[in-house]
Amino acid sequence: MISQDILVVGGGLAGLAAVLSSDPHLKVAVVSKVHPLRSHSVAAQGGINAALGNNPDASDDNWERHAFDTIKGSDYLADQDITEVMCQKAVSTIYELEYLGVPFSRFPGGVIAQRPFGGAGFPRTCYAADRTGLVILHTLFEQSIRKQVKFYNEWLVTKLVVKDGKCLGVVVYDLTTGQIMPVQARAVIFATGGYGRVYSRTTNAYINHGSGIGIAYKAGVPLRDMEFVQFHPTSLLGKNILITEGARGEGGYLVNNKGKRFMHDYAPSAMELAPRDIVARAIQTEVDKGNGFDKQYVHLDLRHIGEEKIKKRLPGIREICINFAGIDPVYTPIPIQPAQHYSMGGIDVNEKCASRVEGFFAAGECACVGVHGANRLGGNSLLDTAVFGKISGDEASVYVKGSDGTDNSEKILIEEALEVKARIEGWEKRNSGKRVHRLMDRLKVVMSEKVGIFRKKKDLMEALVEISELKEDYERVYLSGKCLRYSQELVNLIEFDSMLDLAEVITLGALNRQETRGSHYRLDFKERNDRDWLKHTLATWKEGKPQISYAGVNISKYKPEARKY
Amino acid sequence: MEYFFKIFRYDPLEDEHPYFQDFFFETEEKKSLLEALMEIRNEQDSTLAFRYSCREAICGSCAMVFNGNFDLACRTELQALESSSIVIEPLPNLEIQKDLIVDMEPFWEALSKIKPFLYPDKKMQEEGHRIEEKEMEKIFQYINCIMCGCCYSVCPVVSRDERYLGAAALAKLYRFVKDPRDKRPFSNLSDVNTEGGVWGCDTVFKCNEVCPKEVRPADGIEALRRKLVVEKIKRIFGFRR
Repeated sequence: MISQDILVVGGGLAGLAAVLSSDPHLKVAVVSKVHPLRSHSVAAQGGINAALGNNPDASDDNWERHAFDTIKGSDYLADQDITEVMCQKAVSTIYELEYLGVPFSRFPGGVIAQRPFGGAGFPRTCYAADRTGLVILHTLFEQSIRKQVKFYNEWLVTKLVVKDGKCLGVVVYDLTTGQIMPVQARAVIFATGGYGRVYSRTTNAYINHGSGIGIAYKAGVPLRDMEFVQFHPTSLLGKNILITEGARGEGGYLVNNKGKRFMHDYAPSAMELAPRDIVARAIQTEVDKGNGFDKQYVHLDLRHIGEEKIKKRLPGIREICINFAGIDPVYTPIPIQPAQHYSMGGIDVNEKCASRVEGFFAAGECACVGVHGANRLGGNSLLDTAVFGKISGDEASVYVKGSDGTDNSEKILIEEALEVKARIEGWEKRNSGKRVHRLMDRLKVVMSEKVGIFRKKKDLMEALVEISELKEDYERVYLSGKCLRYSQELVNLIEFDSMLDLAEVITLGALNRQETRGSHYRLDFKERNDRDWLKHTLATWKEGKPQISYAGVNISKYKPEARKY
Repeated sequence: MEYFFKIFRYDPLEDEHPYFQDFFFETEEKKSLLEALMEIRNEQDSTLAFRYSCREAICGSCAMVFNGNFDLACRTELQALESSSIVIEPLPNLEIQKDLIVDMEPFWEALSKIKPFLYPDKKMQEEGHRIEEKEMEKIFQYINCIMCGCCYSVCPVVSRDERYLGAAALAKLYRFVKDPRDKRPFSNLSDVNTEGGVWGCDTVFKCNEVCPKEVRPADGIEALRRKLVVEKIKRIFGFRR
């Protein structure tokens, strides 16, 4: 049996940051369902926040202001102590990344360039044109080559094995061989990313099914604040490919079918650079009011920025528009609509990225460490992956060095693997039933239509009914292609289980939360209600269903006030 | 509109020989080749294997060959293809794992051989390197590479000489050599002063033609050659002095 001191699951930014910071004397490996460079981090565009104060307009910036903007952006649901840790570490994190080779764009004088981003009081988003995720992911992957990190690519984790509150390892489906195997690990770090594909309209990669979050949930780890789902204001019409907030940071306008910069009506001082929840709602409201084009979209107009700046600062956006919409933003406004983009919620972990299960850690989008609250600011997710990825590697190392191995874990792991195998054999033996891709399509439509930007009780109740029907249908799925090597159908069959759980937890959290906060907008409860709802939602899998409880928010320096931009 | 697909199929553990399987695919909507493949897999044969992830030409997963063209399936529109009959094959020069999935290991191995990471100053400066944008611009062409493998697969030298590192790895080396922050020893460059390195290139520039990200990796190979020649001349004069 393969056995590791630390097993990192996921090869995106958080996973690579974790493995690179793990103690080199320990036996550490990464398991990833795709080659690390194919991870969704690669698609991040606009940048990463740190109060370097390099922009001439930001000489007064500092990490406290970054923390305040993040907390206000979160609609005060971020835990303030831990947000401060992230913002304080941001500065050294950027310099470390630079030292490792990240080719950031520069200002005259040779310092790292910084652009304005939504919800930020100062221009503090460091960038490499509009390919910031690509260059950071490639840089960390290159470092992992330097450090000869062991990768098990195209292995999908199907189960987290926990016994008596202690993590023993995982069960994997090796796509390359079709085998199901247990992997023993004294500590496991999940860095498995988000669940965008639970929605039909999403900026996320096809692979973002969110199964890591669902697996942790099924192993008894609570999920926190799952009802907070970020919808990015600007995704390319139809394909929903991300069009970076940096396009507005560089001066882009949002314009409706009357030729009006409508953000004036929603956020008169921040305009296009209000936080994402506010801009996404504004766009959807304009479309719903009949001020959109074809009842679906508005324009993101970059033409006034000029060809030179577009080619220099936004070359990737121009390439996407040309490749996928057949338009050149130098001459034509970009048709955009909001789309699911990010999960503020996730696996409940503390400031050490440690969960309640001993030896089980999580970092990056799959985790909820508490820095994004009800709405994440643009440029803070890359920062989250770098800072907390690293912390998770450090803390898992500390944990492993202070713990003893479990004697009988091999036997338990083998039993768990056999259980997974039996389940797959069940799907394999059947020759008729439900096809999982059809169920998946149904779920996506339900979530987009009923648990989207605007929510109300009736829709959420209907969604819960449809999710439970889908759960019943899932009991009758089968594997139509009987070859288990590289079976995407099997991947979908395994991951759909998690997608259903996540959909249920998101919807239930949204139904219970009778207020509007950040990305969670209730048409039937339009105000924020700090008295009753300034608290985190926790969803725990108990006796075959989710159990909802609540936990306090750390509020230290900044008292909640009305959020105006 | 109806399309006729001929898709390469091969499971080395099951099949004696590779073969082509025919599929008909009908759509009235604008669809990418990747979307078509996914629908064919879902509705017609779920054992059809291929890689994909981002669907926006940035992750490099879905490089393949269709009607002889090397490109990413996600950024290729069905309607834009010249013919409604489409032959799809896996990337050549790499072993087939299953259908359109190839073993990229030799490609990654070549990459790791050139030591693809920055050699910065020993001591980390407190606020990072200070480099003017125009200096950094010299590497922008090369950092666009997404490691999709098109250049490696189209290369006639890779197909006949297993020592040859291929265009992506060599262009990556040039990305670091040209990085104003990089202080790698000359010995690292000498490692590619070989037939398996920069001198292996046939300069037929197929890599430049097929690169979906316009990296033009052969520019990097040529630049490395020039640098090696210049260094050699410098050394010769150095010895004479």
